[in-house]
Amino acid sequence: MMKIHINGSVREIDVSPDMPLLWVLRDVLGLPGTKFGCGMAQCGACTVHLDGKPTRSCVLPVSSVGAREVTTIEGLSSDASHPVQRAWAEADVVQCGYCQSGQIMTAAALLEKKPDPSDADIDAAMSPHLCRCGTYVRIRGAVHLASRLKRGER
Amino acid sequence: MEQQRVVLLRRSFLAGLGLAAGGLALGLAAGDAEAAPPAPLGPTALPSQPGLRTGVFLHIATDGTVSVVCHRSEMGQGIRSSLPVLVADELGADMARVKIVQGDGDKAYGDQNTDGSRSVRDGYEPMRRVGATARAMLVAVAAKKWRVPAAECVAEQHAVHHAKSKRSLDFRELVADAAKLPVPDAKTVALRPVSELKRVGGLLPLLDGPAIVTGAAQFGADVRLPGMLTAVIARPPVVGGKVVRYDGARALAVAGVKKLVELPGPQGGAVGFQPLGGVAVVADTTWAAMRGRAALQIEWDHGANAAYDSATYREALSGAARAPGKVVRKVGDVDGALAKAARTLEAEYYVPHLAHAAMEPPSAVARVDANGCEVWAPTQNPQAARTEVARALGVDEAKVTVHVTFLGGGFGRKSKPDYVAEAALLARAMGTPVRVQWTREDDVQSGYFHSVSAQYLKAGLDADGKVSAWLHRTAFPPIPSTFDGRVKTPSDNELGLGVLDLALAAPNVRAEACDAPAHIRIGWLRSVCNIFHAFAVQSFIDEIAHARQADPREVLLEVLGPARHATPAELGVQKVPNYGAPIEQHPVDVGRLRHVIERVTEISGWSAARKAGRAVGLAAHRSFLTYVAVVAAVSKDALGKVQVDEVWLVADAGTVINLDRARSQMEGAVVFGMSIALHGAITMKGGAVEQTNFRDYPVVRTTEVPQRIHVEIVKSDAPPGGVGEPGVPPVAPAIANAVFALTKTRARELPLRRLGL
Ligand code: FES
Ligand code: FES
Repeated sequence: MMKIHINGSVREIDVSPDMPLLWVLRDVLGLPGTKFGCGMAQCGACTVHLDGKPTRSCVLPVSSVGAREVTTIEGLSSDASHPVQRAWAEADVVQCGYCQSGQIMTAAALLEKKPDPSDADIDAAMSPHLCRCGTYVRIRGAVHLASRLKRGER
Repeated sequence: MEQQRVVLLRRSFLAGLGLAAGGLALGLAAGDAEAAPPAPLGPTALPSQPGLRTGVFLHIATDGTVSVVCHRSEMGQGIRSSLPVLVADELGADMARVKIVQGDGDKAYGDQNTDGSRSVRDGYEPMRRVGATARAMLVAVAAKKWRVPAAECVAEQHAVHHAKSKRSLDFRELVADAAKLPVPDAKTVALRPVSELKRVGGLLPLLDGPAIVTGAAQFGADVRLPGMLTAVIARPPVVGGKVVRYDGARALAVAGVKKLVELPGPQGGAVGFQPLGGVAVVADTTWAAMRGRAALQIEWDHGANAAYDSATYREALSGAARAPGKVVRKVGDVDGALAKAARTLEAEYYVPHLAHAAMEPPSAVARVDANGCEVWAPTQNPQAARTEVARALGVDEAKVTVHVTFLGGGFGRKSKPDYVAEAALLARAMGTPVRVQWTREDDVQSGYFHSVSAQYLKAGLDADGKVSAWLHRTAFPPIPSTFDGRVKTPSDNELGLGVLDLALAAPNVRAEACDAPAHIRIGWLRSVCNIFHAFAVQSFIDEIAHARQADPREVLLEVLGPARHATPAELGVQKVPNYGAPIEQHPVDVGRLRHVIERVTEISGWSAARKAGRAVGLAAHRSFLTYVAVVAAVSKDALGKVQVDEVWLVADAGTVINLDRARSQMEGAVVFGMSIALHGAITMKGGAVEQTNFRDYPVVRTTEVPQRIHVEIVKSDAPPGGVGEPGVPPVAPAIANAVFALTKTRARELPLRRLGL
């Protein structure tokens, strides 16, 4: 048995210690909002926060999570009220949506660190993420918008 | 097209959709309301079938709630935020009281294959007619109640209003009586004038946005059933390969692995949509199944395709394109004109195989019991999935239910339901629900690939530099080979994607199709053969311009010729496949193509856009009945590599329902086209794909995306064309043309990064 701190609560899990966090979330904890895209830290679809830091859960053995707090898209807000989610909705960013949980988690972490990021900051932060639908330009705009929403300018 | 009429629907149909009995339910029927014949699959799946036939599309419950069925799949194009709005506008419904219901796979809907950029084109008129008929019935009830002429009543905001007497009745109060009325004759039901469709054509909200940004939207891979197991499959690395023997001891020793199941390979002469076979590792979690697969020891018989090698095949393909092929288009005397030409130019172009690489790898969930099979799948083609599952299980289609989830991208890959049949076979073998998960490696290595192609073009120029003769030979393993292994010659439908339908001013034109055998599964990928045809044609026209030292824009307009409708006679073909649409309704309209070229060069400041260290390229192409022109600006980055700085795209897609989704599809098409231009290459060695994952099959990342992608959608009341695909074809040639302007290096093959650019 292992304990995992997830979205504000503590859950007990009984899994092989080498199982990547991604599959613990999706197959064991019933949190399928975090997506599988490559399994090799190349696409960002599986991004969650580990103590607030964006992390590729597909290559992170669950045993190495320890006492750190895991936040998934389900834990960001339950009602789409997080500024990043609001900005994503306002800019109608998503196409198929499959990459967006990961994109949103990274954008949310970026704004914690840099409340008013430049285009270069955004590109640097978002570059681990692939979007085959090609929503990149809207994502850039939506991160700026989220920054304004978060700072209460809107 | 066969006339359809609106009909009242049976109770059983409603129950299948989870809709309450009672209320008013309308569908469309052809003739005697029989179900439509099955949509032909495979080779003929490219052109459109004639629209929606029967099935329930609209239901108004007795509380006034309007349910509109979306029978096409949502994969990012926004169809669920588009077609239902059209019905609601025609009806006069309040969107807050409209529910969208996703249709299961059922022939009663007519064609459901979400492929070919035609959901709006096919649905535009029939869906409006359904809405208009319901409106007429509600109005009739209100008019009768008030004893006023129906013509004095209007339906707006979910109610029927009589302005003169200032009376209104909510739909809720009219539905029960309306459902008792006979369905009015189509001739008596008028569609609203387009100006009255309040939301249509605007920036419509994305109705599924909130579900997606909270992670609540259910994609195929997210479906979880009680007792469900997950399977990962070791498929033959070479298509047609078989398992000779395998040792599963180490796989079975992995904690969580329940069973190994050998799957049969394709039966009969054609691969079609059948699973590839192999050995499935079924486990309690995805991770256990993946680890189990890694521990499998399999000896393969690679079969007849084991010699497939991209380097040697390329030479054969080039040889085919340089030799005469089957003449598929002919006007005038090309050989005579070439002999008389003041100057001739020739060039050969090559585009490799491509993989779809949708962000969601294929996945499906199935449950099989004595009553039949139920599957949940991110499928573009639920009816094909139903047929394939029934065939794999040897059961009647009526016993198979296919639920369509959200698709994490499709791009044509998810029109092929091999992965759905895998889930069904495994669910039966296990006696529990089974979820099949493809890994990225599976997706990159075992897909239905975009065809590799060689194009040979030759032009004769007269003394003024005008093109007097045009010869185009195209060689590529055709898509129908997937459904009949003997087919080597490109089909008319594929040639209709940029060869037969290319309008040219030249008086002497000949196109030839050259044979090329397939050694992997060839499938359609976003915009299909338009990718390589537009790349070759639009690059070649740019080459002609530079050879003449003339402005590529002027030469492009001159080569296309004046505004006109290019008839089959002018084009030198029996018939323009025209994406299955009648040529009278959707002519090859050179004026519209010229217009998007003129607009895109205007908004990009074409003549002034070139600056030191920055060059521009132009390309334009008609596909899926839509006209798109692209200007790309390129420069070199710090490492001397080509980078795309800015892109302008102008599209004329005829009538557009959802302007914002049309724009977003074009933005996405620019990025997709950039991946083709810069990175995309699937190469084969020993019959197997050499690439594995995004690290060696890269797609464009945000760091490569231009700061600005400008999209302009032309306002048009022409019938709707396609939106999802037609943005793609002109992107790669526009970039390649810009690269030539910048570097004087002509990229006659893609991707550019492989050329060191
Ligand atoms: S799934 Fe983890 S980065 Fe792609
Ligand atoms: S929205 Fe489809 S992959 Fe990003």
